[in-house]
Amino acid sequence: IELKFHYTVHTSLDVVEEKVSAVGKVIVDQRELYLGLLYPTEDYKVYGYVTNSKVKFVIVVDSSNTSLRDNEIRSMFRKLHNSFTDVMCNPFYNPGDPIQSKVFDSMVSSMMVQTC
Amino acid sequence: MSPAQWDLPPELCCRPMAFVALTGLDVVYNAVHRAIWDAFCANRRADRVPISFKVLPGDHEYPKCRTKRTSYEWYIPKGILKTGWMNKHLNLVPALVVLFYELDWDEPQWKEKQSECATKVEIVRTSLQGRNTKVAVVLIQKKTPLPPGEDVMASERAAALCNACDLSGKSLFVLPHTDHLVGYIIRLENAFYEHAQTYYYTEIRRVKSHKEFLNKTTHQLLFVRHQFKTAFFSELKQDTQNALKYYRAAYSLIHELRTHETNILEIKTMAGFINYKICRLCFQHNTPLDAIAQFRKHIDLCKKKIGSAELAFEHAAWMSKQFQYFGDLFDEAIKLGLTAIQTQNPGFYYQQAAHYAQERKRLAFQLCGGPEANLGYPAPDPLETPTGILDFYGQRAWRQGHQSIDPPDPEKEKGGILALQGREKEVPHSELIIALLSNAVAQFKKYKCPRMKSRLMVQMGEEYYHTKDYAKALKLLDYVMCDYRTERWWGLLTSILGTALRCSYLMAQVKDYVSYSMELVGRASMLREDQKSRIQKNVAKVLKNEPPEAEPDCDPSAVKAAQALWNERGSQASGEDLILEVQDSVPFVQCKARFLHPSFHLDVPVQLHVFLLTDSPHPVRFSKLCVSLSNQDYNQYCVVDSLGQAPAQEDMCLVPGRTHRYSFRFVARPEDVGKKIEITGVDLMLGSENGRCIFLNWRGGGGDAASSHEALQATRSFKRRGRLPENEVDWDTVSIQASTMIISRVPRISVQLHHEPPALNNEMYCMMVTIQSHEDIVARDLKLTAGLKPGQDANLSHTTHVTLDGSKMCDDSHRALLPDIPMGDLQPQEKMEKPLSIRCSTTGPRIFLVHVAYTVDTCIEGRDIVCKCHKDETVTIETVVPFEVAVKFVSTKFEHLEHVFVDVPFLLMTDILSMSPWPLHLVTSELQLAPTMAAVDQPASQVEEVVLQTGESASECFCLTCPPVHHGTTGVASGQYVMSWKRKSANATIPVVNTVITLPHVAVETIPLYVHADLPSFGRVRESLPVKYHIQNRTAIVQEVEMSVEPSDAFMFSGLKQVRLRILPGTEQDMLYNFYPLMAGYQMLPLLNINLLRLPAVSGQLLRRFLPSRIFIKVTFNGPANSGIETAAKLACWLHLHLFLEQMLFPM
Repeated sequence: IELKFHYTVHTSLDVVEEKVSAVGKVIVDQRELYLGLLYPTEDYKVYGYVTNSKVKFVIVVDSSNTSLRDNEIRSMFRKLHNSFTDVMCNPFYNPGDPIQSKVFDSMVSSMMVQTC
Repeated sequence: MSPAQWDLPPELCCRPMAFVALTGLDVVYNAVHRAIWDAFCANRRADRVPISFKVLPGDHEYPKCRTKRTSYEWYIPKGILKTGWMNKHLNLVPALVVLFYELDWDEPQWKEKQSECATKVEIVRTSLQGRNTKVAVVLIQKKTPLPPGEDVMASERAAALCNACDLSGKSLFVLPHTDHLVGYIIRLENAFYEHAQTYYYTEIRRVKSHKEFLNKTTHQLLFVRHQFKTAFFSELKQDTQNALKYYRAAYSLIHELRTHETNILEIKTMAGFINYKICRLCFQHNTPLDAIAQFRKHIDLCKKKIGSAELAFEHAAWMSKQFQYFGDLFDEAIKLGLTAIQTQNPGFYYQQAAHYAQERKRLAFQLCGGPEANLGYPAPDPLETPTGILDFYGQRAWRQGHQSIDPPDPEKEKGGILALQGREKEVPHSELIIALLSNAVAQFKKYKCPRMKSRLMVQMGEEYYHTKDYAKALKLLDYVMCDYRTERWWGLLTSILGTALRCSYLMAQVKDYVSYSMELVGRASMLREDQKSRIQKNVAKVLKNEPPEAEPDCDPSAVKAAQALWNERGSQASGEDLILEVQDSVPFVQCKARFLHPSFHLDVPVQLHVFLLTDSPHPVRFSKLCVSLSNQDYNQYCVVDSLGQAPAQEDMCLVPGRTHRYSFRFVARPEDVGKKIEITGVDLMLGSENGRCIFLNWRGGGGDAASSHEALQATRSFKRRGRLPENEVDWDTVSIQASTMIISRVPRISVQLHHEPPALNNEMYCMMVTIQSHEDIVARDLKLTAGLKPGQDANLSHTTHVTLDGSKMCDDSHRALLPDIPMGDLQPQEKMEKPLSIRCSTTGPRIFLVHVAYTVDTCIEGRDIVCKCHKDETVTIETVVPFEVAVKFVSTKFEHLEHVFVDVPFLLMTDILSMSPWPLHLVTSELQLAPTMAAVDQPASQVEEVVLQTGESASECFCLTCPPVHHGTTGVASGQYVMSWKRKSANATIPVVNTVITLPHVAVETIPLYVHADLPSFGRVRESLPVKYHIQNRTAIVQEVEMSVEPSDAFMFSGLKQVRLRILPGTEQDMLYNFYPLMAGYQMLPLLNINLLRLPAVSGQLLRRFLPSRIFIKVTFNGPANSGIETAAKLACWLHLHLFLEQMLFPM
């Protein structure tokens, strides 16, 4: 199952790439970070978010979950981004290494618990 | 039921067209009929009306029409749609039957023919009993008809024929068999089309009229059936808008049906049909979003209608087909011009279809058991029907027409299910899945989804693996593996590698097996330690030429076959070498090779380190390590193996997590000086000669697919690493240095240059080159190259000359650079000097190069080599102008002259200003006059042996005259001024530099009259001062001159005050005056006015320039005071005389 999610996230990057490159041509500065629904599958909805430094976040939601509207997803991404920024600000963190922050982990898990 | 059970019937998928039957045509034997038939059916382009034609014999039996039901009250429908219905209306029941009959209006046997035709019509009519099908007659005529109304016989006979055949006039046509056949045919078929339209219209009305007899409880199925039929007829009528409307209505009605286990298949089948029609029409109407929305709705409604649990695979199969058909429709629409986007393209539907196909396969396996399981197929096949086909779409063969909730016979039901399961086992699931996946791959490729494509290819590979087509599976997996590797999705890569490993194991592909194993054991793999350990042990077995343990989750029968294969491999392949390129994967041994320095001097051994690190769970023993270099002669020095001077055994064993270092050194060859030595590859041999040898080959200096990123991370990282014990290296700090330069030995001599910059223009500039050896041995074959450094401005090489002989002046034959001057040998500590002379003929900076090359014999690590060494010195020398010479022409009164006068002496003055920072020694100077100039006296140099310091200047002055020139010449050359000089510090042997300065041209004028005065250099107060003016006539005519002397306060004078005289050509007139100064000091002389009466242009002012204007008057010493009276008396006497003379000369 975990593998399947990996594949889902990996393939969603196709769409992210396409969207980012399409937007990049227009205005670079005022780019909307939230990319919205990337693509629908039978079972999941995949949402994407790209920071200005091209770090990509992807959230996969069960298709049957109707409580999460676009706005909720957006705010989830914001939260995720903020937390990620905090991790990056840690002087002991080496960009590119796997994130090993307890705060970040607990934030993500709390977000997961909330939505379930 | 066929394997294509789930396919849509072809009559559903085609485009319905009005069906028109043509009878009375003999297309086989009659050429005219054949031509007519060809005109109807051949080359039907899109602009022709949509009709499907069929030739039928005149007595063809059309399907019988059942007797019309008058009441539906007791009728219970047995199903939704009969399987034959669509085909019946597409291909069997025509909308119109056309009878072709050869008959001309002027037919002699008209009566007989007419009745024959009527009979034929009657036969057709009878065959169509009960149907609304129209009948039309076409008369094939040989003659072109006359315009309507003109042929009376034709209209009479036409009316008669209509009457006889019971036809309306509109249904009788004439087809003249002439040249314009196609034109007539097109008109005919348009008329047929109209008839067909009317037919289908009435059919629609007929079906609709049943509606009022239906009730909602028992006739629910009929509601659907009738809507479907109306829609289908509308389509035949080409009324797609209404067709869509009716199909939509049918679709919503079908979901109002009560569903239960026995009819769910029928409902889904029909829903699928109608959905297909709706989507198809939506795409046709160019409303793809409606199509997609309809399809989504359809899927959402039907997803949960699984039906019988024992036949769950049927639902999956049906779902898969739904997606596949939608994908096909979508794709077709795109081919017709629709544009799809990345997130909405047919690929997604194919992918989903594949997903359901996989689901079907899983369910089939689960419900029908594995391939070995034998369920026992029921003896009378319950799936066989007497006719071979079903009556209604989507029903069960063993209980057709059954519409109640409970199955009529549980025993039969069981048998039927068993039979279906049995059949399902025969289905080549994997083939279906792979076909769908490859469809999806093609689509995603088109819509720029490389990752989706990779993912589907992985799925395809896995499917091939399940079908035991391991070779294809490996090919696909291998293809995508590198994508995942470069994007560093290790989790996914591990899973793919796992499958690939199983494939290679089952095929006993040693090379692939080892290669995948190494990557799975390595750091990129996310497998657990125990898994890694198992795989590594297997690799060890392969190296010993033993078959490895089977991978878990492999098919037991396949494992057996694989073991046999492995044993075979083992027996035949002893001592075979396998070379694995590991650069592009992430193997369990990492390698980095580096030269210790980016360059090595020839006399220093080249040092090279190879670092190895393994991240496997167990130590790795290797039997050989060798490095290949670009010059293969050195390879022999870079080998570690168990033979030769064997290193300790523990060195050949890589301990996990520890960086191992292997050092090599060798002496470079002298011919490689200036060349690069590169590591072309590193080979690590695992296994042994008596088992199997596997070479891991790294191209270049090592590294693999993951190492460059790791190196980047390591450089970013600031993490302090714990202090490592002695002799151990931290892996991350090692960087690859795959090439080194061999450079020549460091020279041990000194080269010094002594000179006094800047150089002076054109001088022989001296530079002393001092070479001293610091070598311990003799420096042989010393060679000096000196001069202008090449590569500067090209002009410099023409204006710079270098010589070793400083005693002679350089000229253009000398070169700018003296190459390879042999200097002999130089003993240790010996000093050698070489003077150089350089002549620069232009100013500006120049770079000079002094290059000393020599050879020494040395011995490094027991090897004698001849080292060439060289030392370069460069110096920038500025060349400056040594002095500047200014020349001016002045009159004898030192007044500036614009021009000189013929035969009138003037002065030439030269000013020499030293610009040199060093004292200048002016040896001599010489004036070389042009023929147009003459010196008044012998000009001798006045600056001979003068030394000028910086900023000092020296002047010379020459008195010259200009001989007469031709009339009209305005300027004449003056000649040259030659300075001979050298630098003060230069020794005697240095030649003198001659600098030639060309004197400027000067303007010359002739004057008609020349005046000059003789007078003493000074006068004394009250002492007579005799002045003689010489007036010379230089013209060829007599000149009349008027001259006067103006009175002055400072002088009394005697002589002619005003006089007019004539001067003969070429003669001179002297005028004597006695001036008597009255005051001391510089005094203005009395002005002499001269007027030439013939030449008024020559003014007195001009002539006055030749005369002195002032004189210095000294005070008298001896003159006593009383002598003043005497003087006054004398003066008065002079005055008298003066007046007298005046009167005498100029009588009034």
